[in-house]
Amino acid sequence: MKIETKSTSLESQSNKALIIKKYLPLYVMMIPSILYYVLFVYKPMGGLAIAFQDYSLFKGIIGSEWVGFIHFKEFLTTPYFFRTMKNTIVLNVWLLVFSFPAPIIFALLLNEVRNLRVKKVVQTLSYMPHFISTVVIAGIVINLLSPSYGIITKFVEMICGERIYFLVNPHYFRTIYTVMNIWQTVGYGAIVYIAAISGIDSELYEAAVIDGANKFKQIWHITLPSILPTVVTMLILRVGGMMRDSTDTILLLYNPSTYEVSDVLGTYVYRRGLLDADYSYSTAVSIFNSFIGLLLVVGTNYVSKKVTEYSLW
Amino acid sequence: MGEVVLFPKDFSLAAYKYIFGMNEIWISYLNSIYYTVVGTAVCMVVTISCAYPLSKDKLPGKRIFGFFLMVTMWFSAGTIPMYLNFRDLGLLNTRSAIILGFACETFNVILMRNFFMSVPKSLEEAAEIDGAGQWRILTKIYLPLSMPAIATITLFYAVAKWNGYFWSMILLNNDKLIPLQVLIKKMIVELKVPMEQADLVDASTQEVTEETVVYASIIVSSLPMLILYPFIQRFFVKGVMVGAVKG
Repeated sequence: MKIETKSTSLESQSNKALIIKKYLPLYVMMIPSILYYVLFVYKPMGGLAIAFQDYSLFKGIIGSEWVGFIHFKEFLTTPYFFRTMKNTIVLNVWLLVFSFPAPIIFALLLNEVRNLRVKKVVQTLSYMPHFISTVVIAGIVINLLSPSYGIITKFVEMICGERIYFLVNPHYFRTIYTVMNIWQTVGYGAIVYIAAISGIDSELYEAAVIDGANKFKQIWHITLPSILPTVVTMLILRVGGMMRDSTDTILLLYNPSTYEVSDVLGTYVYRRGLLDADYSYSTAVSIFNSFIGLLLVVGTNYVSKKVTEYSLW
Repeated sequence: MGEVVLFPKDFSLAAYKYIFGMNEIWISYLNSIYYTVVGTAVCMVVTISCAYPLSKDKLPGKRIFGFFLMVTMWFSAGTIPMYLNFRDLGLLNTRSAIILGFACETFNVILMRNFFMSVPKSLEEAAEIDGAGQWRILTKIYLPLSMPAIATITLFYAVAKWNGYFWSMILLNNDKLIPLQVLIKKMIVELKVPMEQADLVDASTQEVTEETVVYASIIVSSLPMLILYPFIQRFFVKGVMVGAVKG
């Protein structure tokens, strides 16, 4: 009995040694990426603690004074709280309602184009904006809408007889932002759906045609249900990255005269944190931002689980 | 005013002459090339060396590594703690901040891992019996078989590096270090601030106006991508499908 346990433990020890010998090179290989994730991704997460401190650059995180929830309370009592919260939610909802379905519709339309050459050219042109930087796209939009020389402004002036100041009028910001986003993402976003549609078994359509289904019925009963898992995956991925991406774009498009509709949590954090160097306060604000982002992801996942039985977890 | 509405009045390259006469454009152009080439190379090394071990089903601790990797898809520390982290590490205003601080993208690691996982196991087992180590298996079997995925992910990184502006704007304060996109951002912002002033710029009398310069710089900065675009776009389509199939 005693001998037996000894031999198995010896065996498992040599097994362990073997496993370590086999996998050691793999662990060594992972060192650069572990270093990267620890130093540049997880270490800053510890820096979130400064939201509860009166952080000073000279004292560092360890030496700075702890102040509890003061910064959160301060943010809740400023008028910025309501404004930035409202704008963050409204702008993201606009994107979800208008910009998210756009690639799906585009893919469905493109799928019906019979001329392969036309299809290819249209598709290739449609995802070109993805290759152009947001800075440049925003620059083009700003130039098109410029009051003195923008082509769109001139055109509208010719038709309506009055000059509209698109970029400084809060009335137009959401539309400009959403249209720009659609232009940027529609073609590239459609690639996935086009791939998913091309994977659908063509016998399904043939059977539907025999049953007398028209194009709309085919799309509604075959195409859409077949690409639903892809739609849900893309939706959750999109929602996850939305809060981050929107800040980059809004920073380029907004100006003080449109703050009432364009100032989101991310841009407010940027101004207070990096321009005014108010580190603790802006970190507290950005925790609100992450919180909304988390709610959006969990919420989307929950809804999609209920409605479609597909979910990421 | 009002002479040029929809059709160009005459053709002029003055704005381009002006642009190429600007020192800043050349410096930032070279910087952009540096960040794109070196940054992409570093990213690929880190991404492959992270994705390959994680593609092994039997790697002890795989689930823990996988968990910590997935978390970064949804959570990040946010702008300020990341900025302060760069500051603490002494990387503000250095090229290393842009290269090392963004040395891999979780989404691409997962894409790469999924591709590695689709390589038939039998090839690896045969090589193991012949006594090949992990390094040889990676370089002689996995990498050659994964060329389409590697090409795609390289392009993902290169496009993102060439087009990115946000972190370069925040971390680099020195005109000698900034990439092209940050320079263009400055030009656009300077142009868009005072509306009354913009109204005073008479487009018909001046040959080189601010807006022609901005447009010229937009063309100049997008040119590399637009030239490469027809050649590389098919890789993108492939890559997106690699991601979509595995979901």
